[in-house]
Amino acid sequence: MLDADFFRRWMAATAASVDREAERLTALDSPIGDADHGSNLQRGFTAVAAALEKEAPDTPGAVLTLAGRQLISTVGGASGPLYGTLLRRTGKALGDAADVSEEQLTHALRTGVEAVMQLGGAAPGDKTMIDALVPAVDALGESFAAGRAAAEEGALATTPLQARKGRASYLGERSIGHQDPGATSSALLLAALAEAADE
Amino acid sequence: MSDAARGSAGAEKLVGIVLVSHSAAVAASVAELAAGLAGGGTTAPVAPAGGIEGGGFGTSAELISAAAASVDRGAGVAVLTDLGSAVLTVKTLLAEGDELPARTRLVDAPFVEGAVAAVVTASAGADLAAVEAAASEAYAYRKV
Repeated sequence: MLDADFFRRWMAATAASVDREAERLTALDSPIGDADHGSNLQRGFTAVAAALEKEAPDTPGAVLTLAGRQLISTVGGASGPLYGTLLRRTGKALGDAADVSEEQLTHALRTGVEAVMQLGGAAPGDKTMIDALVPAVDALGESFAAGRAAAEEGALATTPLQARKGRASYLGERSIGHQDPGATSSALLLAALAEAADE
Repeated sequence: MSDAARGSAGAEKLVGIVLVSHSAAVAASVAELAAGLAGGGTTAPVAPAGGIEGGGFGTSAELISAAAASVDRGAGVAVLTDLGSAVLTVKTLLAEGDELPARTRLVDAPFVEGAVAAVVTASAGADLAAVEAAASEAYAYRKV
């Protein structure tokens, strides 16, 4: 079973990974976006880490709900409401159980991903974070490592796609040939989940 | 605007308008422009929510919540946005349920023309649905 500590480790690992990869995320966001994805997520997950430290939520649902709220408040770009909605909806779907099974987490994450699709209007193939998240949730039923691999593959597979959502969509065909920054940061989130499971 | 409409404005609670832009300067200027074009007499409360706290382009959930609370007179709040994260942040705050005043609506409208239409209509004492309709209709004003 996965307890609140596991979810705190997941968020801490995500914050550390976003910190390490911030420059790469911003570099990916330069040709097709507004070159702020790395710094925006860095600001957001730094606030998440600080809030989790200060408020010490004691259930899996409360950890993710608080993390999502922080992202909505602090990111300042579209990734704030999108990742904020992902974590909040996932957290709410977990309810107030003291610990949850891997199956429950997978199911809750699917609810979160669906909420993100509804909010942003993106479908698979639009060159967005959805292209990493949907295959990852499908693979999580197998293992956390499979979820990580599927998210990474999904992110890499956005390179030949033409963007149909977000600022990159204004570029039309010129968005082809660049890996999507949002799908890339989603792969970091899934990698951090697998990391938390390994600890 | 008719004198009757103007006259009723003072007696009724007016719909509040929030203008959300990636830029603090754009939000503030459009608010000033819309209030200016609404003319004399009672003007509906308008608040800009532009940029991120501490400056810079982006969208701040805190600034949006504060702006909405500041213009809420009990008749509802119409929120107009520019694009991208401004739209997504307002939608997210509405979905959370407790972040914005009870009768707050994201209005689908062009930012400048919609803001003018919304403020003029709200200043005349129109209800939230009429303000929303006037702002959305601004999409139909062809220029050529």
